[in-house]
Amino acid sequence: MNPAWSVIFLTTLIGAGQGLFLALFGIDVAARIGVIGTAPSQLFVIGAVISVLLLVGGLAGSFFHLGHPERAWRAIAMWRTSWLSREVIVLPAFIAAVAAYGYAHATGLNCAAWIGFGAALLCLALFLCTAMIYICLKFLQEWHTPLTFINFLLLGTASGALLAAAVANAVWPSIAPLLAALAGVVTLFAALTRGMSLARNARLRPKSTLQTAIGIANPKIAQKAQGAMGGSFNTREFFHGRSKEVVAAVKWFFLICVFAVPLLLLVIVLTAAAPQWLAVAFGVQYAGLLAERWYFFAQARHPQNLYYQAIS
Amino acid sequence: MTQLALVIDLNVCVGCHACATSCKEWNTGGAAGPLTDQNPYGKDPSGTFFNRVQTYEVGEFPATETVHFPKSCLHCEDPPCVPVCPTGASYKRAEDGIVLVDYDKCIGCKYCAWACPYGAREIDEQQQVMKKCTLCVDRITSKELPEEERKPACVIACPTSARLFGDVHDPESEVSKAVRERGGYALMPEWETRPANQYLPRNPNKAVNAVAALQDDPRVIDGAMAAPNDGAVKA
Repeated sequence: MNPAWSVIFLTTLIGAGQGLFLALFGIDVAARIGVIGTAPSQLFVIGAVISVLLLVGGLAGSFFHLGHPERAWRAIAMWRTSWLSREVIVLPAFIAAVAAYGYAHATGLNCAAWIGFGAALLCLALFLCTAMIYICLKFLQEWHTPLTFINFLLLGTASGALLAAAVANAVWPSIAPLLAALAGVVTLFAALTRGMSLARNARLRPKSTLQTAIGIANPKIAQKAQGAMGGSFNTREFFHGRSKEVVAAVKWFFLICVFAVPLLLLVIVLTAAAPQWLAVAFGVQYAGLLAERWYFFAQARHPQNLYYQAIS
Repeated sequence: MTQLALVIDLNVCVGCHACATSCKEWNTGGAAGPLTDQNPYGKDPSGTFFNRVQTYEVGEFPATETVHFPKSCLHCEDPPCVPVCPTGASYKRAEDGIVLVDYDKCIGCKYCAWACPYGAREIDEQQQVMKKCTLCVDRITSKELPEEERKPACVIACPTSARLFGDVHDPESEVSKAVRERGGYALMPEWETRPANQYLPRNPNKAVNAVAALQDDPRVIDGAMAAPNDGAVKA
């Protein structure tokens, strides 16, 4: 597939926004049951504002993917069958819930925990909708695995928890190490599951071949013409056009920036009591996640590409 | 239940592109039009087409055959492009099984094109809505055209009658008989989309087989896998 920047920003920004909310709500619950002392409501208000900004940013980015953004409201219609439609419904609902959660904390409403609980459910539903958009396309074999959901969930939670640690460092510094440790653990798990999906995809054999594509059982078939010489939607949308070397470089870039560098910085943060590195760790990891998502799209081999292997 | 479809005879397609040009001509002016082009007379011309004719070389020299392969929407009986559409713009007509796009509802998200394993859908870069073969729905249901012209433009244009049109659910139709008697097959059966359009396989070519026999080329099924399709343009 040819990665679309609008979708890369959508999925990474909302992932970070979702993870930030989940981490803060976890701290909220821990504080309420008396495990970590009394949390300042300021932390949740600022966190909710940043989360909403990330989510709205992702939503705004997604509009750039549409040919007719003014008709975007129509996308809520087919929620019975389309995971994209479900995402379009759940994302604004989650944004509203996080805003309400922040408002409840700002005004000291008693129901903040219940709003947070509802928002957490919407948050998980949103991770599921986003991932299912890709998982449900069975012939995009690289995406058609539960690992897609697990990776979206863990990578979003890791970056959000890291951001939560950086925010907490400014508002409630004593809790920052706990959030940093949480971000480190989730990042480690994400490294494991993303590594599993890389290993799985490296072993995949495409079910479709040129033989099944045109229905001729000869082992030797070569395309001589694809019906157009100046390219078409089929060559623009489904081919990234980059060399193997570039794709491999993107993979190593994201492995280093999403996993290695943030984990190293988190060790420094926790052992040398240097919380100023938390924001840097988040920035590096987010840049890595942009590359990770680019790779996610570029790695998917669409069977329609079999029909577009040679121009003339 | 009617399921209209095309059945394409690969024995007689000569790769003249008359189906592609007549399709473009009818549909750019018909209810589905315009089908816009970019840079049509310049370098790297590009445009929206419902139908493309591709060419493949099958076998190893000198035992080779040239196969011309017209490719358009297959109007699948279980179309994966339809349920993914978030707006309901993509739909399959209950009365005749044609898969259509309502251009007034399409938001141009391209998700349906991702969900089609055949690459049958093309976005109109100027109008920013998804387009695809309509089986010339405005021709075949026309009340004004003479009865014999109520067929898709590609079918009428084909000089070798390689394209048959009809109801594949009616066992007595020309298309059903052709599929039954001549081994009509579906593309990429592995994804269980159940394409309504089918292709009639080429008859064994005696000359090519004689050469192949001399060369000990078994021309067998599944002799080797195709080169993996790695997403990079290989042109």
